[in-house]
Amino acid sequence: MKKLKIAALASLVCASGLLMSVPATADLVFPSLSYRTGPYAVNGIPYADGYADYMTLVNERDGGIGGEKAQILECETGYNTQKGVECYESTKGQGALVYHPLSTGITYQLIPKATADGIPIHSMGYGRTSAANGKIFDHIFNYPANYWNGASHAVNHMLEVNGGDIKGKKVALVYHNSAYGKEPIRTLEELAAKHGYSLTLIPVDHPGQEQKSQWLQIRRERPDYVVLWGWGVMNQVAIQEAANIRFPMENFIGVWWSGSENDVKPAGPKANGYKALTFHDVGTNFPVFEDLQKYVVDAGKAAGNGDQVGTVLYNRGFYAGFLTVEAAKLAQEIHGTKDITPAMMRDGMEALKVDADLMAAAGLPGFGPEFEVSCDNHGGPGLGAVQQWDAASGSWKLLSDYAESDMSVIQPLIDEDSAGFAAENNIEARNCG
Amino acid sequence: MFYRQAGDFKTSYRGDIQTFPLKQDRIGYYLVLAIAFLVVPFLLNDYWVSAVILPFLIFAIAALGLNILTGYCGQVSLGTGGFMAVGAYACYKLMTAFPEMNMFVVVLGSGIVTAAVGLLFGIPSLRIKGFYLAVATLAAQFFLVWLFNKVPWFYNYSASGQINAPERLMMGFAITGPNASPAARYLFCLVILVALAVVARNLTRGRVGRSWMAIRDMDIAAEIIGVNPLKTKLSAFAVSSFFVGVAGALFFSVYLGAVEVTEAFGINQSFLVLFMIIIGGLGSIFGSFAGAAFLVLMPVLLKNIMVGGLGWPTDIAAHIEFIIVGGLIVLFLIAEPHGLAQLWRIAKEKLLLWPFPH
Repeated sequence: MKKLKIAALASLVCASGLLMSVPATADLVFPSLSYRTGPYAVNGIPYADGYADYMTLVNERDGGIGGEKAQILECETGYNTQKGVECYESTKGQGALVYHPLSTGITYQLIPKATADGIPIHSMGYGRTSAANGKIFDHIFNYPANYWNGASHAVNHMLEVNGGDIKGKKVALVYHNSAYGKEPIRTLEELAAKHGYSLTLIPVDHPGQEQKSQWLQIRRERPDYVVLWGWGVMNQVAIQEAANIRFPMENFIGVWWSGSENDVKPAGPKANGYKALTFHDVGTNFPVFEDLQKYVVDAGKAAGNGDQVGTVLYNRGFYAGFLTVEAAKLAQEIHGTKDITPAMMRDGMEALKVDADLMAAAGLPGFGPEFEVSCDNHGGPGLGAVQQWDAASGSWKLLSDYAESDMSVIQPLIDEDSAGFAAENNIEARNCG
Repeated sequence: MFYRQAGDFKTSYRGDIQTFPLKQDRIGYYLVLAIAFLVVPFLLNDYWVSAVILPFLIFAIAALGLNILTGYCGQVSLGTGGFMAVGAYACYKLMTAFPEMNMFVVVLGSGIVTAAVGLLFGIPSLRIKGFYLAVATLAAQFFLVWLFNKVPWFYNYSASGQINAPERLMMGFAITGPNASPAARYLFCLVILVALAVVARNLTRGRVGRSWMAIRDMDIAAEIIGVNPLKTKLSAFAVSSFFVGVAGALFFSVYLGAVEVTEAFGINQSFLVLFMIIIGGLGSIFGSFAGAAFLVLMPVLLKNIMVGGLGWPTDIAAHIEFIIVGGLIVLFLIAEPHGLAQLWRIAKEKLLLWPFPH
């Protein structure tokens, strides 16, 4: 027994050493809070692969960012906020420059922590929408578009289809019953008051594998449009259920997180015509993908299985990598040093200006909208487009150009919500000159 | 030889009934307390506190609570997550409604609110037993989570449905919020844990605890010898919910700082705490600590070995972690159904006799 005790003690000592994670060695550290397991993995994997592959590409082709190698620190969160916090704490001490939590719940969790630690967060198209107000949220960025832009894009699309009048139409919002899914409600309500449609809220609880009762309700109430605010396995189930009740797919609009190949493919040809929002292009029809093939995929350095290249969420992760690298380059330029700190990275992000030349230089001409970040606007202009699924060819097609959202409704909401946050946390608005 | 009973004489009843009758145990206990209060705070950093120590302390409180109900009183509960949610939301409402309130009062107040709710859900236990009671508490779990999602008053009408802990100071140190130092958060939780553990220990070896155990072992016999089942079962529910509520309040305010009810207090949390007391040992205070330590440390340890140490891909590591933790639970149930506490007990007994077992 004593031997056993000694063995137990010895293993405990070893274990306590291993509980500390091993420090990283590279210079520019970009943590990737990914999720490759659990009910959200189907969407988490392509995004994480895209982000990691862009960094690998930059390392292999250009020798890093301004000569400094970029290192991805991957940490599995399982889309769980508790694990997300653990990941944040374990990676922040290793020189993390910017966080992409890829989870609205984790973003909410990290906003106060990262602000206190002085590390920027880029919640690209998710997170807390009112973080677009840079005067209050100095370390949080959500360019190029946010949830409320998305809600407005969906309504704008309905307006466009109906010749500018949707008075009396019934719109149902099927949403993930979490901070993520609840984000657009306020905007959709304000827009309902403005345009005269009626809004029905239909929550789906985590993880959303069971939606029979929700779609029964839709079948009974026969809304003209259904807006989907889902993530992970919930998307596939919703699209499948919509097909089962023969809901017209062209009246079914998903946010950009509910519009990837993995979401529509399980429903097969029945998903044809499903629409989703997006703020970047899809496919591999860009010069940079030739480099990617040459330096990363063919060299066997692709993240994950390397089978996601060109899919919607892969491209989104890729785009996140592109925006991060450009911001880091800018930070190096502004501060005249290659070895940047999180504070310098933040300055780079705030000065980011993405125009046609920059995208073309990176081999991504016309990949996303042109936008500019500034001290008081961390959200960009919020341009977005609508894409439609073509089941026969198995590809997404952009229906429109990148268009404006209804900022006359959204901006007051952003101001109100961020002012509330500032009052709650005793934050004084920065002077942006 | 070194760990022994011989020569440790008791000359008073008081000395005879103390918690740790062996001198060495007593010394060990005070040593652990001294290290926990005087040494550990200086060694902590953000990572240790957020990833390892705080979850351990908080889950130890929750496991103590569930152990009182399930281990001592024999009432199976699957509503732990829901009761933790009650604690968290009570804490949030108290923090926002009375900004000046002392954090200890807030946390204990949340426990009292949870005790009241637990009392309410304990009433069916007078009629139903075993699996049926488990299902009834499962209903509590789902109902409470649904309630906190449905009624906006609970989350102060925030757009996201999340609750955020504002910064609260105690003797000039931030306890909650992003600027709280690791040591302050640790000490705050530690004080509450130690106080509650002492209460639990003394409750369970006193009259109340004996009546709980009587009900657990055979309720009809207990009733015949004069134990009032109504009072006994409801008091177990109330005390247990109090502990769980305190754990929920700390989980929200000190540990995470912001929670979303479906995710933070779902059915997974109920099962996690239940596994803790099963692995640790039903009906044992030490077992609650051991179980919490096992289930909090093991995943972090495995993750750091596989990802940090061996450099494996994160998804494979996460899957292997599930397999290993699940396998260990099964292994424990087969090899030692009475949990880690029983292993500890056997080890001590053997040590008392060592090296002359006959």
